[in-house]
Amino acid sequence: MEHYNMNLNLKVWRQKNKNDKGSLVDYKVSGISSEMSFLEMIDVLNEKLVADGKDEPIAFDHDCREGICGMCSMYINGRPHGPWAGTTTCQLHMRAFKDGDTIVIEPWRAKAFPVIKDLVVDRTAFDRIIQAGGYISVNTGNAVDANAIPIPKDDADKAFAAAACIGCGACVAACKNASAMLFVSAKVSQLALLPQGKPEAQKRVLDMVAQMDKEGFGSCTNTGACEAECPKEISLENIARLNREFTSASIMSEE
Amino acid sequence: MAKEAFFTSSIGRKLLVGLTGLFLISFLVVHVGINSTILINDNGETFNTAAYFMSHNWVIRVMEIGLLAGLLIHIAMTLKLYFDNKAKRPVAYAVIDGKANSKWYSRSMALLGTLLLIFLVLHMSDFWLHTKKAVYITHENENPFEEVKEAMTKWYILIPYLLGFFSLGFHLLHGFPSAFQTLGLNHKKYTPMINAAGTAFSVVVPGLFGAIALALYFGLVK
Repeated sequence: MEHYNMNLNLKVWRQKNKNDKGSLVDYKVSGISSEMSFLEMIDVLNEKLVADGKDEPIAFDHDCREGICGMCSMYINGRPHGPWAGTTTCQLHMRAFKDGDTIVIEPWRAKAFPVIKDLVVDRTAFDRIIQAGGYISVNTGNAVDANAIPIPKDDADKAFAAAACIGCGACVAACKNASAMLFVSAKVSQLALLPQGKPEAQKRVLDMVAQMDKEGFGSCTNTGACEAECPKEISLENIARLNREFTSASIMSEE
Repeated sequence: MAKEAFFTSSIGRKLLVGLTGLFLISFLVVHVGINSTILINDNGETFNTAAYFMSHNWVIRVMEIGLLAGLLIHIAMTLKLYFDNKAKRPVAYAVIDGKANSKWYSRSMALLGTLLLIFLVLHMSDFWLHTKKAVYITHENENPFEEVKEAMTKWYILIPYLLGFFSLGFHLLHGFPSAFQTLGLNHKKYTPMINAAGTAFSVVVPGLFGAIALALYFGLVK
């Protein structure tokens, strides 16, 4: 694809702190290369803001910039992580846009993800859901032979696909109900599918769903927006598994 | 998890919506089946026999109570979920590109459901109340077929009915497969079949209701 430069009109959410009301602020950036990543474009704008000294640079989350850490989180033109399917914001490149485009950039919006500053939101609700049961208890000692327990290939593949979730929160951002069920279902599935996850499966799903509800995420209405926007393309099949695991655990649980 | 917590959990509530939804779908099968006898074009004889059976049978009376309970649970749960879910995003987005990731009717179930409820109130006051009065109070001879025919020849009744069937179709188009997903029934082999059955059901059932109404309006059935 041919390289080109572009001038863009940005509308970026600026909010000083979590108590500030915040608003969309207009910025113009020029000479943006089509080969820059979206975050590099924000870097260019931030350098300009620092050099001009009029405005503070825009606060945004990022870490690996390789699409695997789950830190970047921008809601771009009405879609989490922007227009490309299966892509995080850091891997979205400016060739997705044309010269003269207007781009609206907002933070994830959810009661459970309060804005800390500008485009940075507090996603520790996800950490607390994991702490509630998204793990397996392992005894210390010698490393066990990796193939000691036979696991069907299909199950291993499905568990691996679920484990691809990077916990970025795009599912919550995309969902009209701000539901975290795609995230929770991926974290429940990756363990529920494997023999190592079975001993704690019942308690895990009950505790993780209880924590999810407590954190203030909404309920799933099966619109499928989360699956369509997930940068790791986590399947809705996992939400069905979560529903199954939760219902059967609720019935079978003796507590 | 304590026993009482299941139906107050997000998944438990969804399950109630899905189960009552499927129950209401099963009622639609009976309703459209009976109505379709109008298309036999036998001056309403079969339809009146079926309607008489439905209105003079204690088994059906018991089921009617169950149906009402199912409908009320469906409405109460979806309203609760709707307002709860709305509160989960206190600050709205400035721009939302909804069509990029989901179907409009899957995002508009509350609106479609409300339209359906308005239609239901209209529909019940047109026919159900009338039949109840005739059976239990006035003991007049009923001719449900003539009643339906008379109503459907009025454009101002026909149009809200057609709009009701339209809402029903799109409500089912999302609701039918969605109920199975909520029950946890998602399978590589069966989900495409469920989705196809759901689409067929959402077209055929409201389509038949609409065809009957239009046939009566245009005098194709006498």
